[in-house]
Formats: sequence, structure tokens, C-alpha cells
Amino acid sequence: MFRNQYDGDVSVWSPQGRLHQVEYAMEAVKQGTATVGLKGRDAVVLVALGKSSELSVAMRKIIPIDEHLGIAIAGITADARVLSRFLHSSCLGYRYNYNNVYPVERLMTNLGNKMQCTTQRYDRRPYGVGLLVAGYDQKGPNLYQVMPSAVNYNCKAQSIGSRSQGARTYLERNLESFLECSNDELICHGILAIKNSQPIDKLSGEQEKAAASSNITVAIVGKDQPFKMLSEEQVEQYTKMTNDMGAAAQPQPPINPDDDDDDEDGRPPGALIEPEDGGAAEPQVGFALMEH
Amino acid sequence: MLNNYNSMAQPLWQNGPTPGAFYNFTGGQQQTQKLPKELTTAGPFGTKRSTSSITTGSSVLGIRYDGGVMIAADTLVSYGSLARYQNIDRVFPINKSIILGGGGDFADIQSIKRTIDQKMIEDQCYADGISMKPKALSSWLTRVLYNRRSRMNPLYIDVVVGGIEQDGTPFLANVDLRGRAHEDYVVATGFARHLALPLVRERKPKDRDFTAEEASELIRKCMEVLYYRDTRNMAQYTVGVCNATGTTIDGPCKVSENWSFAATIKGY
Repeated sequence: MFRNQYDGDVSVWSPQGRLHQVEYAMEAVKQGTATVGLKGRDAVVLVALGKSSELSVAMRKIIPIDEHLGIAIAGITADARVLSRFLHSSCLGYRYNYNNVYPVERLMTNLGNKMQCTTQRYDRRPYGVGLLVAGYDQKGPNLYQVMPSAVNYNCKAQSIGSRSQGARTYLERNLESFLECSNDELICHGILAIKNSQPIDKLSGEQEKAAASSNITVAIVGKDQPFKMLSEEQVEQYTKMTNDMGAAAQPQPPINPDDDDDDEDGRPPGALIEPEDGGAAEPQVGFALMEH
Repeated sequence: MLNNYNSMAQPLWQNGPTPGAFYNFTGGQQQTQKLPKELTTAGPFGTKRSTSSITTGSSVLGIRYDGGVMIAADTLVSYGSLARYQNIDRVFPINKSIILGGGGDFADIQSIKRTIDQKMIEDQCYADGISMKPKALSSWLTRVLYNRRSRMNPLYIDVVVGGIEQDGTPFLANVDLRGRAHEDYVVATGFARHLALPLVRERKPKDRDFTAEEASELIRKCMEVLYYRDTRNMAQYTVGVCNATGTTIDGPCKVSENWSFAATIKGY
């Protein structure tokens, strides 16, 4: 599958109608560590697992873009920087011109158009990074998955990066409850989901637990909640809360590495993607806001 | 170009770099900026700048009330001191939540309205249920007009933008050719700024907004005063109303003229 004569250029089709270079670019996303995004009724939460090392500070996985928008990255960080610079300047330009926040869906359309150019020219290459974009605008909470193939999925919950299948399974199992969650519960679900993406042996023992929690970054954006990255102390508080939430999410038995592969074209499981309908705004229900 | 003996010959290749120049792969940074219109050579009909207005609309008056906004303007576009076009609507519905009243050079009004209409079509093409709101439009207009005046090539207009915001609150603003913008419960352009603003401000209740009837009555009275006193006004006007149910343009309404008291006036 991986060595054939139709994968030299991104502008070459294979006889099966596939662009191999684009599919190879999707593999780059799986090189990054796991990130999780989930959407509640009034808020969106991003949780990212940093690569742990004794010598270096963990890489920044979550990047705030604007007050109403932030992204979590998985893949080539340099490409992520270019995309986040594009998103920054788009949002800033929109604020300057229209004195308002950039509607997330439109921003994703424009980002998709920009990324598509790279999949159709012989002299460019696809961006090797996957993004989970969390934003809150007049239509409510938004969660988008952006892939190197320039396809954007509007998601209810999603996880990308290496070993993200465990997190996806957790999210699918608990999907129904997210709409009724408070912001705090949503964060706990996110942390539990990302814990499900780690190999099971890491979760035994207190030391490993402590090490794992210090590698987790959490961010939230929502109604009356500008995009905010939680501090380490706050993340620890929530991690403690998840331990109390208890065995609601048992980690999966040791994972077969092949399980990490999505279907061949990287399409996420259907349950996590929003249907392509007119998109009536969800009714706004008052929920307890975060105390912080 | 002096050595270009054969002006009929086609260039060697289209859209390519001149020999020795860098080829700009599209998708990278823009290497050359397009020159602004003001710095290009004059066209066959003269310069590309103007700081004078030719066919003008006179006053526009906007009043914000508890349920929305009303914008009124007479139906005259003058050619200097000639009352040239006497049946022109100068208040426009932009979309379901915005109305715009245009004063100043009418060609520039039509030009900016065309651009705004294109923006509305863009919104429709996105088909995502998001439509432009009056504050966003007035902010964009301010940026455009300020940019034009900074290039010494203004759009010689004075507009009133009004409508209903996302959360249902009414919004009313005035933007002028210099990119000056301000938001208030009553705004006016032209002569109405001198004659109508004090009239409306005097009648504003201190603790609440106007009601629709009060706003409507004030508009009627102000249009009457403007007709009597502004020599570039007419007795016929249209009123745009934007409230929660949408936008409508009512009119043309006629000022109830009564010149019988004219004989009693001595002096001013």
C-alpha cells in the first residue's frame, strides 16, 4: 500500500481515484500526541496530552486564536504555526472591520479553501497538521476537526493524534450526556477521555498518575466564557474531580496498535460528526458558569 | 515602451515573468502591490479623484425608538441649485435587520450601496443563517470611508445606518465622508443636523426611549420644518422602519404645507 508509482506528487491521481500524498499527510497527524475536543450546550472544551520528557518543556498543544476561538494541534508544529498565524490575522481583521467576532463556520470555510490549494498544486504540499478548533459565536458552540486533506468536520466530540482511538471510544459512549453537562463536568469528561488514550500500564500507580496530569493542558470557551487555558493548579483540581467521578470510564484493555488507524480515508466515525442540516441554533439554557 | 516599434505584436507569453525576473508562485506572498487609483495616470475623462459633489441628496434623519429605528429622507436629488430628480428613494432596505439613509453625492451613495448589496449576496451564498448586523455594517463603512479620505479620494457621503442587533436592541449611527462615526438615539445629516437634532433632543423623555408613535410624529414635524427652511428640500419624503418583524420603506409621504402664515413673518 505504501510504495507505489502514483505517490510521487500531490497532483497525481492513482488508478483507484486516490491522492496518495494527501493520505500520507494524514499520517503526520497520527505522529502528534492525542488531543480531545468535546462540545456541550454552551461551551466547548479542548484537552491535550503533552509529550513528556525530563529535559524539555512540553510543546504547546493548545493555541488561543481570539477571545472566542482556540485550536488544539496534532502533527507538525511548524505547519500549525503558519495556520494559527492565518487564523489570528483573519480574526483580527474581521474584528477591525466589523467590530464583531468571526463566525466560526465561515472561518473554517476560508481555512479549508486555503488548505485545499496545497492539495492541488505540484509545487506545494499539504499542511501536515490536524486541528481541533473550538469556538463560540452567535450560533452557539462549535467544534471543528481540520485535516491535511482540507476537509473540515463539524463535530460533537472528536479526538486526533496518536492512540486517539481509546479517547474516541470513550467520547462515543458518553456522547448523549454532554448536552446536559455543566462546564465542570465537560472538562472532567475531556480529561477522562484523554486518559483513555494512554496505554493501560501507565495508569497504574500514583506516580504515573501525577506525571500524566502534569502533561495535560485544558482549555474552555463558551457563553460568557472567553477562550481560557486552565492553569496547572486548576488542571490538577479537575483531575482530582475525575478520580472522584471514579470508574465511570474504565480504560480499554491493551490496545492493538492497528486499532489506531481510522478508515482508509481518515473519516471519523459517524456518531461524532454533526449532520449537514440547516443547523438551527440550540436553545440557550442557563447553566452554572465556571467559578474561575 | 519607446522601443516597442510594433504595438500590434502579442507578448511572448501571457501572465509570465519577464526574463530575469522572479516568478511569483501564486499562493505565496504578494510581491508587488497594486498601485492605488489615485497614483495612476489620469484616464480619458480626467482625474480619478474628486472632492466635490455633483448630484446631491440633502438631509437624512434617523430616530431610535423602543422597538426599532426610523430613517426619513426627502425624495429630492439636486444638481447644484436645480431640483433635478424629484422622485428618488434615498432610504434603502439592506437586509432584514438594516436600513440605510444616504445623503451627499448620490453617485457615491449608489456606488457604496452596490458594494453593500454584494456583501449581502455573499451572506446569502454562505447560507449559514448569519446575516450582517447594523453595528458591523456601520463599523465596516467607517473603515472604508476613513481609508478613502486618507487617500485624498473620499466618497462624498453622509449616511445614517440603523437597524436591530442580534439580541433585539435597536442601533442607530451616522457615518460621514471623513470616517467620523457616532451612535445615538437621534442622528441627522445635512441641514437636519442643525434644524432637526435640537428639536428631537428637546422632546426626548429623560428616563425612557421614544415610542413608535412619538418617533413617527417627530419625523413628520422635522420633515415639515426642513421643507420650510432648507432650500434643497422637497415636500415629499420616504420613511424606512426597521423593527423586530423586518424592514419596510413607507412612502412617499407628503409634508402638509401651509404657507398662509408666511405673510405674518417679518425678518427671519
